[in-house]
Amino acid sequence: MKILVCISNVPDTTTKITFTNDNTEFNTAGVQYIVNPYDEIALSKAIELTEGGKGSVTVINVGEAGNDPTIRKALAIGADDAVRVNAAPRDAYFVSKQIAEYAKDKDFDIILTGRESIDYNGNQVAAMVGEFLDIPSISIIKKLETDGTTATIEREIEGGKEVITVSGKFIASCAEGVAEPKIPNMRGIMSARTKPLNVIEAVSIEEVTKVAKYETPAPRGAVKLIPAEQTEELINLLHSEAKVI
Amino acid sequence: MSVLVYVEQAEGKFKKSVFEAVSYAKAIADQQSTNLTAISIGDVAESELKELGKFGASKVLNVSVEQLKTFVNQAYASVIAAAAEKESANIVVISNSFSGKGLAPRIAVKLKAGLADGAVELPKIDGGKFQVKKTAFSGKAFAVTELTSENKIIALNPNAFGIKENVTDASVETFAADIKQSDLGTVIKDIVRATDKISLPDAELVVSAGRGLKGPENWGMIEELAGLLGAATACSKPVSDADWRPHSEHVGQTGIAISPNLYIAIGISGAIQHLAGVSSSKVIVVINKDPEAPFFKVADYGIVGDAFEVVPKLIDALKAHKA
Repeated sequence: MKILVCISNVPDTTTKITFTNDNTEFNTAGVQYIVNPYDEIALSKAIELTEGGKGSVTVINVGEAGNDPTIRKALAIGADDAVRVNAAPRDAYFVSKQIAEYAKDKDFDIILTGRESIDYNGNQVAAMVGEFLDIPSISIIKKLETDGTTATIEREIEGGKEVITVSGKFIASCAEGVAEPKIPNMRGIMSARTKPLNVIEAVSIEEVTKVAKYETPAPRGAVKLIPAEQTEELINLLHSEAKVI
Repeated sequence: MSVLVYVEQAEGKFKKSVFEAVSYAKAIADQQSTNLTAISIGDVAESELKELGKFGASKVLNVSVEQLKTFVNQAYASVIAAAAEKESANIVVISNSFSGKGLAPRIAVKLKAGLADGAVELPKIDGGKFQVKKTAFSGKAFAVTELTSENKIIALNPNAFGIKENVTDASVETFAADIKQSDLGTVIKDIVRATDKISLPDAELVVSAGRGLKGPENWGMIEELAGLLGAATACSKPVSDADWRPHSEHVGQTGIAISPNLYIAIGISGAIQHLAGVSSSKVIVVINKDPEAPFFKVADYGIVGDAFEVVPKLIDALKAHKA
């Protein structure tokens, strides 16, 4: 079984988000980058499915050379090889086209992504790659099992879940629960340095979106503290002042 | 030119988030001085389809065929894109639901359209530029995204716009969808719905608890409080990681982002990752015994006190209020 996992290079979850250049660019000063946490779940699942000589895992990232440490981290976790499409990831449409272009003649059985990147929160790449490749896409999955020909997948829906089967190639975006994130061990870290990381050039595609500017949420007023014994006062405030109950 | 809105049904009914998406799409149609068409896929009664007129849809395309009775992502996307082409709709609005998140990107590729997902406001049209404000950085920021393509897709976040009545007489037409066999690769074997629970992404009121609760056996009072309010229950990451509560309840940067009218956080300190997922809640109440808990800095109302004392009293006060 050949699996492709798409990974994103994102700011660490503890990052305080600020912007520069008149709020048109993310301020990268001092920011630590990580493998997008959901992509790590997808990667861990891919490794689980191929462990013990049952297949191979390739990771792909669309980004510039600065992403290489993040890609090496994915190799340390256990991917066999990596591909970086050498271009700034303009938007999901652009990234998806690059991934589809790479994958179209490689015969991957399964392609996995995280449910969304924690920076742009698009949740778009899996379904877009699926459409570019004309294969089924299942978004936000909670569980994945496969016997090699038919996969059984649980997808989250409002207030419940759907159990889906799919035969043949497919792409899915993984949420929490699909696999326990694997932590690289010393052997993994050592071997990651020598695993192949191939750099390929991007293909061109029309522009469909661009970020005009970023905004940060408006600050809230000071908290109104209510003494612990006056819970009825809180109910009154929620009812008559905030008008939410 | 027109605007098309996809109206997602669940068991033959439309949820509030659908009426919200129709209200939003109607406002866009007004901006564009054009009409709003809705498309429904699945088994929905004509009377239910007619309801969409109340929120401004003047035409409803109905696709009711055997193969598409339950959700098939690929085929639904093809049908919606075909409807957009037939109606010459250059703007397609979808609710940013779990299914919507799977559909919108596929439709975007089919129509070579820019997609703004997680939209929180009406588009701003300025000197030919079409800009949509959407959530980014897991609630820590917004990105004003310009859709530069001719066709545009907008996926609206639940509870971001509200339902607005705009009574129109909706005509219902059957839409003859051309279904490709290759679009039917996924098959639903089972649908499990927890009917007694309010779905978290759609919830207007949410009661959430964290490690301060000390163990899963103490969630009874959280559920009782949520039940009295008609609220959904949620939790912080350490709680779902410890399997005290299911992952589907985890809100925060790596869980789900929500924007309810009221978010009550009990025994949650307010780490930056948790705040990211809930900071767009309209009103935040924090109950924590640590007065230095960072969550108080972003709260509207706070009680410094032990959850095991405060929550039962809050339940009593709420019962008295309702009586």
